[in-house]
Amino acid sequence: MATATEAARPSRISPAHTIKDIAVITKRNLLRNIRLPQLLIFATVQPVMFLLLFNYVFGGAIGGAIPPIAQGEYINWLLPGLLIQVAAFGAGQTALGLTEDLSKGVIDRFRSLPMARSAVLAGRTLSDVIRNGFVIGLMVVMGFLMGFRYQTNFLSFVAGLAVAMVFSYSLSWIMATIGLAVKNPEAAQSAVFLPVFPLVFASSVFVPTQTMPAWLQTFAENQPITVTVNALRGLMLGREALIDYQPGMTANQITQAVAEAPTVEGQVLQSLGWAVAIMIVFVPLAIRVYRKTVS
Amino acid sequence: MRVENVVKTFGETVRALDGVSLEFEPGIVYGLLGPNGAGKTTLIRVLTTLLKADSGYAEVAGVDVRADPVAARTHIGLAGQFAAVDDYLTGRENVEMVGRLYNLSAEEAKRRAGELLERIHLDDAADRTVRTYSGGMRRRLDLAASLVGRPQVLFLDEPTTGIDPQSRLDLWELIRDLIATGTTVLLTTQYLDEADQLANQIGVIDRGKLIAQGTGDGLKDRMGGSVIELHVADDERDRTLEALRAISHEASFETARKSIRLPAPDGSLTLLAVVRRLDESGITAQDVALHKPTLDDVFLTLTGRGAAEAEAERESTKQPGRRGRRERSAV
Ligand SMILES: Nc1ncnc2c1ncn2[C@@H]1O[C@H](COP(=O)(O)OP(=O)(O)O)[C@@H](O)[C@H]1O
Ligand SMILES: [Mg+2]
Repeated sequence: MATATEAARPSRISPAHTIKDIAVITKRNLLRNIRLPQLLIFATVQPVMFLLLFNYVFGGAIGGAIPPIAQGEYINWLLPGLLIQVAAFGAGQTALGLTEDLSKGVIDRFRSLPMARSAVLAGRTLSDVIRNGFVIGLMVVMGFLMGFRYQTNFLSFVAGLAVAMVFSYSLSWIMATIGLAVKNPEAAQSAVFLPVFPLVFASSVFVPTQTMPAWLQTFAENQPITVTVNALRGLMLGREALIDYQPGMTANQITQAVAEAPTVEGQVLQSLGWAVAIMIVFVPLAIRVYRKTVS
Repeated sequence: MRVENVVKTFGETVRALDGVSLEFEPGIVYGLLGPNGAGKTTLIRVLTTLLKADSGYAEVAGVDVRADPVAARTHIGLAGQFAAVDDYLTGRENVEMVGRLYNLSAEEAKRRAGELLERIHLDDAADRTVRTYSGGMRRRLDLAASLVGRPQVLFLDEPTTGIDPQSRLDLWELIRDLIATGTTVLLTTQYLDEADQLANQIGVIDRGKLIAQGTGDGLKDRMGGSVIELHVADDERDRTLEALRAISHEASFETARKSIRLPAPDGSLTLLAVVRRLDESGITAQDVALHKPTLDDVFLTLTGRGAAEAEAERESTKQPGRRGRRERSAV
């Protein structure tokens, strides 16, 4: 069967070969999202439900506490925040997908093939960020239907979406590490929410951080989710969205607050910095755990 | 294929492989026979580069699996203990994907998948998602996937465990057909008849050690062929043994099973003789059965313990909670 002409097989895997392997694995993972209807429904219905619930349940109460640049429309404030919340929860799928593959022996098969080992993790995180991109797109459409309007310009708005994707990609690597470490799909379910829940709720996703007690505020203002949400709000609404807003501020006070507010560029750079830092730590870590994992 | 003195331990107490050595020529089917927990899967994992041995040497298709795992992987195919196929892909997509990962071109992978699906008689179901497949169909698909890269050495880990008897026969036939082309095969099994049907050479593994090697017939000869096993009330035991010694001097009481056993060189004729003899002596047996040699018999003969016992013992040497624990420090 194997002929002598096939003998010149390399012991190293070439970059071209690696890219092809990543593409094959990414396609496989995406097909799973498309073919399993419950996944697709969960991926789309849940974010839309969040958007509707939070907007109409909290909107009335919070509408007055948000900076005036939101035009009194909670949806303008909420959408950039929810995009990040959904991206953070969506990254959990990376852990779930990996544990499922581990428990079904698929990873064993992959590891026994002459393929690039990095392709399993690269393909997984890549397909998850594509999936997240789809969900983000859906939420944006929904947001527009519910009255969301960016207050800056289209390019700036798109840049905001790009920041969301980069951040979501970095989170996928944390989730990949968690999934590979816990190995079992049921355990992964709870393990992924452990870091995500406090980060999402103790942030500016739903409410401005200045409404929180001082100790929590310090944490909330400096953690990556808030920074990223701020970057998105800055890019979509303008620096006016980043002010320390107190209801009843005069026009002068607001101008003053804007001058003191963090710059949009600063928040964007901080968010990208977080994403890079997360990847510097978690890409090698995930690869190490993957190498040591015996399913 | 050459395996020398391979040792693999998990934690401090589990010696999954305790110095296994085996060697066989290309082109043959080697059957590794052993009870649950004997170390079969662990050996396959070492040979397929999924696990690094603590010590020892292993060579597959002339490649040292530790020194050049990437090269080793180009020569092997693996069908694991559980069919590792994707539920939401079609049968064809599954095989094509593995073909692509073996670095076949898209067309070549497609051609190869079509060819294999036909050979495993799945061409009708090839474009359905695997979710709709039966257990036997999944196994066949897994087998096709393991063959798509034209491996020189094929590893089949318990290919028919958990499959209904009819599918099992089909699968045997399929394996025989697929490997007729000169691929070297290492298959593991808990069933002697399976090893006997498929393998040219059989190795018996127990507690991480190879305890016997030979052809199927050779091993059966060592076990003395078929046996008759019967149970009688305790107070009838001596009388029964005495009566049966007229048929075979080797009739004996087996404490492990609490049964009387004697060789049955003439199969059912010996069985008839035994029944007649018991009748004449007025002994009522609780049950009488003719056994072809089974793995249990191999074990009884080779180790003095039954296979079920070997497995139970294996379980009890493990610390509680160890079972699901994974290997952490690959050396
Ligand atoms: N990853 C692991 N961690 C700890 N123990 C293991 C692991 N894999 C296998 N074992 C133990 O090693 C022994 C051999 O297992 P295995 O090779 O799976 O046997 P078989 O395939 O013959 O049933 C068993 O006692 C099993 O519990
Ligand atoms: Mg096994």
